[in-house]
Amino acid sequence: MTARSLSVNGRTVAVAVDDPDTPLLYVLRNELGLHGPRFGCGLGQCGACTVHVDGAAVRSCITPLSTVTGNVVTLEGLGAANPHPLLQAFIDEQAVQCGYCINGMIMQSAALLARNPKPNEQEVKTELANNLCRCGTHLRIVRAVMRATGA
Amino acid sequence: MNNMIDRRALLQGSGALIVTFSLPLDQPAAQGLTAAKQLSPDRVDAFLAIAANGQVTAYSGKVDLGTGVLTALTQIVAEELDVPLSHVTVIQGDTALTPDQGPTYGSLSIQNGGAQLRRAAAAARHVILNRAAERLQSDISALSIRDGVVTARNGQQAPIGHLIADTTLALALDKNELEKAPADYTIVGKNVPRLDIPDKVNARFTFMQDFTLPGMLHGRVVRPSGIGATLVSYDEGSVARIPDLVKVVSIKNFLGVVAKSEWSAIKAAQQLAVTWSRWEGLPDQSKIWEYVRGTPVTSNDVTSRAGDSRMALAGAPRRLSATYDFAIHTHGSIGPSCAVASFADGKLTCWTASQSTHTLRKQLAAMLKMPEADVRCVYIEGAGCYGRNGHEDAAADAALLARAVGRPVRMQWMRADEHGWDPKGPPTLLDMRAGIDPEGHVTAWESELFVPEGAAGLVALTGADLAGLDSLGQMSPGGVLNDLAIPYLVPNVTTAAHRLESTPLRPSWIRSPGRLQNTFANEAFFNEIAAGIGADPLDMRLDHLADARGKELLEHLARLSKWRERPKPDRNAEVVTGRGLAYVKYELVRTYVGMVAEVEVNRTSGTLAAKRFYVVHDCGQIINPDGVRNQIEGSVVQTVSRSLKEEIKFDRSMVTSLDWASYPILTFPEIPDVAIDLIDRPEEVPWGAGEPTCALVPAAIAGAVFEATGARLRSVPFTPAKVLAALKAV
Repeated sequence: MTARSLSVNGRTVAVAVDDPDTPLLYVLRNELGLHGPRFGCGLGQCGACTVHVDGAAVRSCITPLSTVTGNVVTLEGLGAANPHPLLQAFIDEQAVQCGYCINGMIMQSAALLARNPKPNEQEVKTELANNLCRCGTHLRIVRAVMRATGA
Repeated sequence: MNNMIDRRALLQGSGALIVTFSLPLDQPAAQGLTAAKQLSPDRVDAFLAIAANGQVTAYSGKVDLGTGVLTALTQIVAEELDVPLSHVTVIQGDTALTPDQGPTYGSLSIQNGGAQLRRAAAAARHVILNRAAERLQSDISALSIRDGVVTARNGQQAPIGHLIADTTLALALDKNELEKAPADYTIVGKNVPRLDIPDKVNARFTFMQDFTLPGMLHGRVVRPSGIGATLVSYDEGSVARIPDLVKVVSIKNFLGVVAKSEWSAIKAAQQLAVTWSRWEGLPDQSKIWEYVRGTPVTSNDVTSRAGDSRMALAGAPRRLSATYDFAIHTHGSIGPSCAVASFADGKLTCWTASQSTHTLRKQLAAMLKMPEADVRCVYIEGAGCYGRNGHEDAAADAALLARAVGRPVRMQWMRADEHGWDPKGPPTLLDMRAGIDPEGHVTAWESELFVPEGAAGLVALTGADLAGLDSLGQMSPGGVLNDLAIPYLVPNVTTAAHRLESTPLRPSWIRSPGRLQNTFANEAFFNEIAAGIGADPLDMRLDHLADARGKELLEHLARLSKWRERPKPDRNAEVVTGRGLAYVKYELVRTYVGMVAEVEVNRTSGTLAAKRFYVVHDCGQIINPDGVRNQIEGSVVQTVSRSLKEEIKFDRSMVTSLDWASYPILTFPEIPDVAIDLIDRPEEVPWGAGEPTCALVPAAIAGAVFEATGARLRSVPFTPAKVLAALKAV
C-alpha cells in the first residue's frame, strides 16, 4: 500500500493505493468519489476521462498516479466556488444527449478557453477532434462552447 | 443526494483526508419494496401514484437511454394532471415497480409508452375531479385544476393530494378515456429544458457506471481468443501477486476475475495466463457478400405484393437493377457496458442500463435457474446504447461473478469487450429491380433482402453461452423487415426477404435496424431510376406519391433546402458539391421525414465531406420540439458516421476492430450543419423521433455524390477506396 498526497480541486487529499501506476481515473472515481471523469476506453482515445493537471487537459485513464505532481481539477472542481461559464452554456444550449462524454467536452473546452478565450468555431472543433461523442451532440456542444466565449 | 453531500465534503473538508466510501442506495427504486405495487399495464395504479402532498410518481417501463424521453414523459403526465413539472417524478424500468411496456426501442417510448401514461393520467384526473365535485359540492364542469389544486367556481379549493386515498387509483385503464384537448396544453409542445442535463453537466448525475453498493467487488471478464474457442487451461499463479485479487472464476468457457479494487481487477484480467483452443470459424471478410449470398435460407418472407411484378418487369421497355450492401456495425457506446449484481436471501438484484429490464429478468432467471420472482432488475441510465448493446451481457457477467464470490460485484466491460463482444448490426444485402414505362412511370418494383432470420427477440447472453447455460436466446437481429415495402405508387411490386440461418457475428438491433438498410436501398435505387429517365428526384417522388401529408412534407423540404434553385455542380472540378434527396414514411405507418444532403466530393482522394443536411420532420403531435431537434441532429451526425466510416473488421477467429483507432467514428472537424423544420400537428397522435431520420442519411449522401460526379455508391460505408472505384466506373 502506497500512501501519498494529491491536490484535487484545491484540496490536498491523501490517497492510498496498492500500485503507484494505478491510473489517476480510478483514484479519482473510486478513492475520492469524483464521478465527473468517466471511463470510456482506457486507451486515451475518447476523452471521457479528461481532467486538468495544472490547467492542461489530460487523459486520466492513461495517466499513472505516480506521474501526477500538479494540481488536479475535475468537472466537480470546475463547478465549485465560481462556476465556469461553460457549465451554464451547456445547459442553455441543451448540449447533452446521454451525457457520458460531456465531462470530456467541458474539460477539454475549458482548457482551450484558458489558452484562447475567443476561439472561432473551427478552433473549437479542432480542440475537440479527439473527444468522441456517439449520440451526435456535436453541433450543440460547439454552440455551447461558442456561447461560453460570449460569441 | 447523499453522494452530492459526500463530494461537497471532499471539496470543503479541511486538510488531508482519506475518503473511501460507496454511494448509498440513493436511487428511489433501490429503497425497500412496498407491498405489492400494481404492475399490470391495464391498471391506472400501475402507472401512477399521487401522495397526500400532491407529489406524483409515474412508473414507466420505457426508459431514458439518453434521448430526453424522461423529460417528455414528465411533460405528458404533468400536462394531463395539471400539476407543475416539479411535482412529477418518473421511476423507470424497475421490474418490481414499473409495468412491462416492452423494451425501449423502435422510437416507441412516446408513441406507445407516453400514450399509456397519458391515459392513466387522464383517468386519475377524472377521479380527482369526481372526488372534488363531492368534496366541494360543485358540478364537475365548474371545476378546474391548476398547479395541482382543484378550484370550484365559488373559489373553494382542494389540493389533488387531499382528494386521493390509498385505493383511489386502483382502477382499470379505460382505452376510451377522455384526454385533455391539445388546445388546452401549456406544457406539452413546449421546449421544456431537459430535467437531467443540469446534473449531467455538474457531475452530479449517477450513471450506471457510477453506481456502487457497500462491500461491492470489481469484476472483469476474460473472453476467449476466438468466438467459438474453448477454455483449455489457465494459470492462477500468473495473477497470484496481484493484491486485492479475490477470485478467478471459471464456469466452462466463462472466465472472469474479481478483485477488491478496480485496477487490480483490470490487471488480473490482462495478466491472467490463459490457453484457448484454436477456433477459426468465421468467414473470410473479404468475401463477406458471397458468404451472405451463400448462407442457407430458412424462409422467404414477402413483405409486400401488388400486381404481378415478374410479368411487368419482363414486359417493361426499360429495366434497371442494382445491388446494395451495408456493413456490420457496432453500437459504439462511449461508456462500455456495466452492471452491478447482488444476491441476498437467495434473491438477485441487478442494477443495469438495459433497455429492457423485464426481459433481462426473464433471461437472468433462466440462466441462474431461479424463479423470475426472485430476480429484480433496476434500470439506471448508462451511456447511450442505440439498441441492444452489451448491457444485458454485462448483467449476466455480473450475476455469474456475484454468485461465485457471494458478494455484490460490479462488472465493467473494457473497450475491447464492447467492440469485440457486443452484438452487431448484421451485414445486409439487397438486390433491386425496376421496370419503367415510356412515360417515365415505375411499373414494376422488386427487392430481395438477405438478412438473418429472427426478430426483436431475446438476444442470448454471452456469459451464459460461454458458461453453457440457457438464457432463452434466439437469433434476434431486430425488426429488420420494416421499410422493405415502399411508400410509392407502383402497380406491380414484390418485396421479399431471404431469411438466413446464420450470420457471422451475434446480431442485434442498432438504431433504425433494417429500416436504415432497406431505406438506403429503396431511396438510393429510386434516385437511380429518376436519373435513368432524366427526372428530378423530388418530382419523381411527388409523381409516385398519393399521400397528401408526405407530399406536403416534400414541398416543405424543397422550400427549406431551395432544392429547385440548387446550383448545377461542375462535374469537372476536383472538389465538387452535390445534393441528394431521400424520403421515408417510417414503417409506412408513422413519422414522415424528408432530407436533402449537401456533400463535397474530392475526386483525387475519394474523400466525402458531408457539409449540410436539411431535414423536414413530421411526427404528429410534438411533445418537446427541442428534444425532437436534438434527436434529429444526433440521428444525422451518427448516421453520417455510420455511412462514411464504420465497418467492424474480423479475422477468422474474432473481431479485430477493438478500439476507436480501428473503428473510427465521425469527429468534430467532420460534422455537418443540420437545418431542421418541424411540422407540428398537435391534434394528431405523437409518433417517435429517435430513429426515422437515420434511415435517410446514406441514400441522401449517395444521391449527392451522384449529382456531383455521376458515381453511384451502393456499399456502406462510403470509404475513399469505394468512392474512387465508383468514380472510375462512371
